Amino acid sequence: MAQVSSISNEQSPTAKSIILKISRYNPEHDESSQFMEFNVKYEKWTTVLEAILDVKKHYDHSVAVRYSCRQATCGSCGMIINGKPRLACFTKISELDSNVVTVEPMNNFPVIRDLAVKFEKLFDTHQKIKPYLIRDDTELISDEKEFLQTPEEVEQYIQFANCIKCGLCNSACPTMATDSSFVGPQALAQAYRYVADSRDKGKDSRLKIIDDSHGIWRCHFAGSCSQVCPKGVDPAMGIQLLRGYMLGFRS
Amino acid sequence: MRESTIMKIHYGTALAAVALVAVHILMRLTMGYAESLEYENVLANYKFVPYAIMLELILVLLAVHGFNGLRVILLELKQGRLYEKAVSYGCLVAMIGLIAYGSRTIIMTNMGMA
Repeated sequence: MAQVSSISNEQSPTAKSIILKISRYNPEHDESSQFMEFNVKYEKWTTVLEAILDVKKHYDHSVAVRYSCRQATCGSCGMIINGKPRLACFTKISELDSNVVTVEPMNNFPVIRDLAVKFEKLFDTHQKIKPYLIRDDTELISDEKEFLQTPEEVEQYIQFANCIKCGLCNSACPTMATDSSFVGPQALAQAYRYVADSRDKGKDSRLKIIDDSHGIWRCHFAGSCSQVCPKGVDPAMGIQLLRGYMLGFRS
Repeated sequence: MRESTIMKIHYGTALAAVALVAVHILMRLTMGYAESLEYENVLANYKFVPYAIMLELILVLLAVHGFNGLRVILLELKQGRLYEKAVSYGCLVAMIGLIAYGSRTIIMTNMGMA
């Protein structure tokens, strides 16, 4: 299956070329994944996603890849690029500093085909921790019409609100590699995001959900989730702070 | 028991065990190290009631901490309702067994039956 193909479309004189190795795997037909190699031209602004789409356009349209916004907002194009979980639309080939770029599907996710993985478990665990404000009253009937927060209160959780559910943190997590029931850094960081929100009253119910034999206590603080987050979220810190609530150091 | 309660016990037993094992090691320095491990001196330790109580505490702390650690490792290794129940109850039974056997040794030696 492995082969080298060259794309012969017109490129500017400043274009360089790399070998793009794409992992190909169809669970319905293949026993294991194999790499296909393509010689791809790139400019210094070319992203890995653009290179993959070039391959689809000019050589093999059957390469399966999920993408949408191309600006690190939708969280669709997470994959392992040169061994590290990254967003393909947010990773320039020039910054990888390598003549060979290897792309594989994210770890810890079932593969649909090639680079596309199933997100069901990520969304299930995200939903499980109740990712919304819980309180009896509503701003619609409140006299103040809105729940005001001080800048300090916003500061408590705002970085965690940047999560785009791309799954890179779950892909990098070593616990998720062995514990398929582990709730994962994405959901735990989101649990903290709502627990730390001064408008939220659902702390106890959320803490009960993550206080499970495959919940927050199975995190070993490898910290790889925080290293790979493309939005600057620090799930490892969120988990530490959540443990503070569980152990009674925070209220 | 809730996982947070189990983990509080896990951390607490670790801290307490470190403190008591430190005392246990320091007690070796009250005389020459090799001398302190001679048969008669070891027996004397067991027969000194406060020291025997400390040994019993170390036994309980390390057994609780160690078997819970083993339970956690095994739960991360494989998942499944039946497997997880077997691991949890298996570790609990093994922990009780070890404490019972160790306590028997401490009590018998303390009473001069060894």
